[in-house]
Amino acid sequence: MPHIDFVPGLPGIRGPMAFSPETARPLNDLVNVLLRSNATHPDSTLSEGERELIGTYVSSRNDCFFCQTIHGAVASHHLGDTDWSLIQSVKQDYIHADISEKLKALLTIAGSVQQGGKHVTTDQIDKARAEGATDRDIHDTILIAAAFCMFNRYVDGLDTRAPENPELYRYRAQKVAEYGYTHEDHYMPPA
Amino acid sequence: MAAPILTYIMPHIPLPDHLPGITGLLEYRLDTAMPIRELTQILLRGESTLTQGERELIAALVSSRNCTNFCNAAHTKAADLLLGEDQTAAAVKADIETAPISEKMKALLQIAAQTQKSGRAVTSEAVDRAHTAGATDREIHDTVLIAALFCLYNKYVDGMATVTPTDPAYYDTLGDRIVNRGYNRPPGGYPAPQK
Repeated sequence: MPHIDFVPGLPGIRGPMAFSPETARPLNDLVNVLLRSNATHPDSTLSEGERELIGTYVSSRNDCFFCQTIHGAVASHHLGDTDWSLIQSVKQDYIHADISEKLKALLTIAGSVQQGGKHVTTDQIDKARAEGATDRDIHDTILIAAAFCMFNRYVDGLDTRAPENPELYRYRAQKVAEYGYTHEDHYMPPA
Repeated sequence: MAAPILTYIMPHIPLPDHLPGITGLLEYRLDTAMPIRELTQILLRGESTLTQGERELIAALVSSRNCTNFCNAAHTKAADLLLGEDQTAAAVKADIETAPISEKMKALLQIAAQTQKSGRAVTSEAVDRAHTAGATDREIHDTVLIAALFCLYNKYVDGMATVTPTDPAYYDTLGDRIVNRGYNRPPGGYPAPQK
């Protein structure tokens, strides 16, 4: 049983978002601007898939099943990772995963933020810059990591329930890629 | 005479010099700042059965546990102003159970303290205690989300290595601002002072 009385059957964050639509709106706005619109900014070198990957990695470090599964599915959708093997390798050992050195350096920063903001070191920032990360990329990585520390706590702190079936996450990922993060619940394929 | 060797603590990316802590970050990126400000305004200043002072206590406790001095000082000051005294916030941060607050607030602050550690650290026992003490589902929801939001703020502020003023007068001004004007961006933002 979740800690508070949600409409039954809504997956993960959709439960508290339906319970509190007024706070759901800015929460959705934040992920849309951070994970989606900012990917196309001229000073950004981080794609939507890479941004989702940072969110997935942090959610996995926070052991949040729902967030790491849905954002992993969205990242895989963007990155053409149909069997989710890339996402799996990033979660297990990103240093040896098939991703750019820049993204590895940014994931190190994200991992530090997950532990505590003061864990981010000047060396980690310098390494990311040396690999081509812009100020904006560094900012966005830190804010994505901090934001997922919020989302993960919201989802698990209220003990929400998450479906197990990977197909539901694949379906939802396609809808997120198409429409963004909205109030619409796109988890269930139409009957 | 040799010039003194100064160690400057610099943010990881260039931010406006006159805006320390979170303010510089929120001005650096207005697009991400807007939903963060809106969420904070709704949670800490919107209609609620928790007083604004009680909600600031949650923010101060979480910021203190995360050792983010900027947010801790700002929200402690805001709580002090709203509660009209400076004993309660200090007592809550030292020991929730012996602080001069209601049983319901103790239970909610324990949930906030668990949320600070991890979402998965929140126990059914802590939630049951809050329900038994009369907390509503809405109050529990808001407590978890406020605590989670301040983990975002604390990690953002520390992760970017923003400047933390050490002069207590700075937080008198900031506390007054967030109590009397709230969390929305003022019209025109925060122009740099004339040199």
